[in-house]
Amino acid sequence: MGVEQILFYVFGAILVFAAGMVITVRNPVFAALFLVLAFFTSAALWILLEAEFLAITLVLVYVGAVMVLFLFVVMMLDINLAPLQEGFTRYLPVGIVVAGIIVAEIYFAVNAEHFGLQAVAEPVRHAADYSNTRELGRVIYTAYAYPFEIASAILLVAIVAAIALTLRAKRQSKYIQPEKQVIVRRKDRVRIVKMPPEREEPGTS
Amino acid sequence: MLENYLPILLFIVIGVAFGLVPIAAGKILGPHRPDAEKLSPYECGFEAFEDSRMKFDVRFYLVAILFIIFDLEIAFLFPWAVALDEIGMFGFVAMVIFLAILVVGFIYEWKKGALEWE
Amino acid sequence: MDSLLAIWSSVPESAQLITLTVAKILAIVIPLSLSVAYLTFAERKVIGYVQVRIGPNRVGPRGWLQPIADAVKLMFKEIILPSSSNKFLFVLAPILCLGPALAAWAVVPFMDGVVLTDIDAGLLYILAISSMGVYGIIIAGWASNSKYAFLGALRSAAQMVSYEIAMGFALVGVLLAAGSLNLTQIVTAQQGWVWNWFWFPLLPLFFIYFIAGVAETNRAPFDVAEGESEIVAGFHVEYAGMTFAVFFLAEYANMILVAVLTAIMFLGGWYAPWSGLLPESALAIPGLGWLLSDGPHWLLAKISFLLFLFLWFRATFPRYRYDQIMRLGWKVFIPITIVWLLVVGGMVIAEVPPWFA
Repeated sequence: MGVEQILFYVFGAILVFAAGMVITVRNPVFAALFLVLAFFTSAALWILLEAEFLAITLVLVYVGAVMVLFLFVVMMLDINLAPLQEGFTRYLPVGIVVAGIIVAEIYFAVNAEHFGLQAVAEPVRHAADYSNTRELGRVIYTAYAYPFEIASAILLVAIVAAIALTLRAKRQSKYIQPEKQVIVRRKDRVRIVKMPPEREEPGTS
Repeated sequence: MLENYLPILLFIVIGVAFGLVPIAAGKILGPHRPDAEKLSPYECGFEAFEDSRMKFDVRFYLVAILFIIFDLEIAFLFPWAVALDEIGMFGFVAMVIFLAILVVGFIYEWKKGALEWE
Repeated sequence: MDSLLAIWSSVPESAQLITLTVAKILAIVIPLSLSVAYLTFAERKVIGYVQVRIGPNRVGPRGWLQPIADAVKLMFKEIILPSSSNKFLFVLAPILCLGPALAAWAVVPFMDGVVLTDIDAGLLYILAISSMGVYGIIIAGWASNSKYAFLGALRSAAQMVSYEIAMGFALVGVLLAAGSLNLTQIVTAQQGWVWNWFWFPLLPLFFIYFIAGVAETNRAPFDVAEGESEIVAGFHVEYAGMTFAVFFLAEYANMILVAVLTAIMFLGGWYAPWSGLLPESALAIPGLGWLLSDGPHWLLAKISFLLFLFLWFRATFPRYRYDQIMRLGWKVFIPITIVWLLVVGGMVIAEVPPWFA
């Protein structure tokens, strides 16, 4: 067994363990952190497949960005754990059926017949200066230009949706614009009115 | 190519060890005399009123979401920048359109006040 | 000696490789930690002189042993684990801060061919690994279960995330210019004298990258995460002794990393400012010739200058307000970088000499 295979099994074991912990651990912050570990190890597995651009992008986007948001959400919400576990036995049968269907689907889609060396040629090992990123760049912006532009439209929708969902509340904080303070003139704020005295001053009459 | 990533793996392990060793050393060498006052969270001399993990402004979430979107945009820019000399004018225009659509989103953000902090 | 060689050759090849790699890593990390220690000393001295004081001068000749004394002192301090904190995450946080700051050095080239590992996606790796630094801070803030730590972590995380976008765009500009993600190739693309380096065609990106680097490391004037006058010390208010020292180490290691990356990407890495201009005979003078020719000492000089800028900023500028920081990151830096990316793209397609010919 080569070093590569040992690494594969080590990373695979960590990945399965981390994925299991994500759904079993009680504290949601720990669950999010185990998800980070799972992403990280799957990036390592992708590197073993020589998909270096995808692997590093996985770390960059999922670990570096998406999970930061998850942690923000999970850390700052007071999630009460007890009610979440109440209906466990009631939903268990349905859960098992759904899980069984998913496992069966995965089996039919990904069983060894479609993969294996007889179905797909053995991947070619590349030299160190082979640029996976350049290969991708060569096709994304030319052959797949249309899906690429669609991606930007989807990102645009995401921006609009995120703003529409979070910016509903009215401003509560009181904010003073210094430039407005500076340009204020005395006559805008203070008005001096002349009025007759309300009552006679004592001692004059 | 894989042999290039082995040093990185080792470096991450050593980097973690470099953090772990001083902390372990400090744990062993330093004194350990806990008392309730010393271990209570710092709050300007009085006891903490409530749990410090509180809800906070939704703006922080918004920043994180917008960050994800822009991070993806950067991820798309990387292969483009590397391959620009090969994909030429067509690739350049494809990216200009991509960025233009996202700039629309950016302007929307700006006008809606999503970037305002007070 | 012969017996040592015999023992060495009897070790299996994979173990040999691992031992050699570990030795190389230590050859990077140990000088780096020493530089971190002396950077803290330099900071105190420089800020001292800026403020017309002499700075630390008691421990050792002219204070030169001060950082060692600090390290020893911190080593013998109690590590406090606050009662309501999450103990495991509390200890994990500083390690998560330091790990990425060190691991990024794996791809930094010191000279042509002198690099630990020459991966093709070097720049991408740097961006990915430096985006992990934010975890240490968020986890520290949350695990401490203290209001100040929490506020500091929130501010810091949102700030780092905002400046990372500008930083990422600036990196894209560099690799547009160099046409490669590999850091060695980025430097060799700038071969020549000062004019050939990328600082000029990428001038806005150069400034933005460096300023974003200052913000990313939570240094003054962007240090609202620590903001002594408002939230005491920010995310590491509950940390003491060695756990605090590791945060400190991570901050300074990150500073050095930003400086070295700026030097590599914009200031021509190891090339001398007159590289290729001097006659061969000048470079043949013993001693002086070495000083004048390209080499790691030039990289070191550029890093030192950039680090001096970090200290100078801290001594000069008052702290930004949080809304100003966010405005600068989102409303100034991002539009400038996007526009300049297209300009650089145009220059690359038009093959403007001497940079993109």
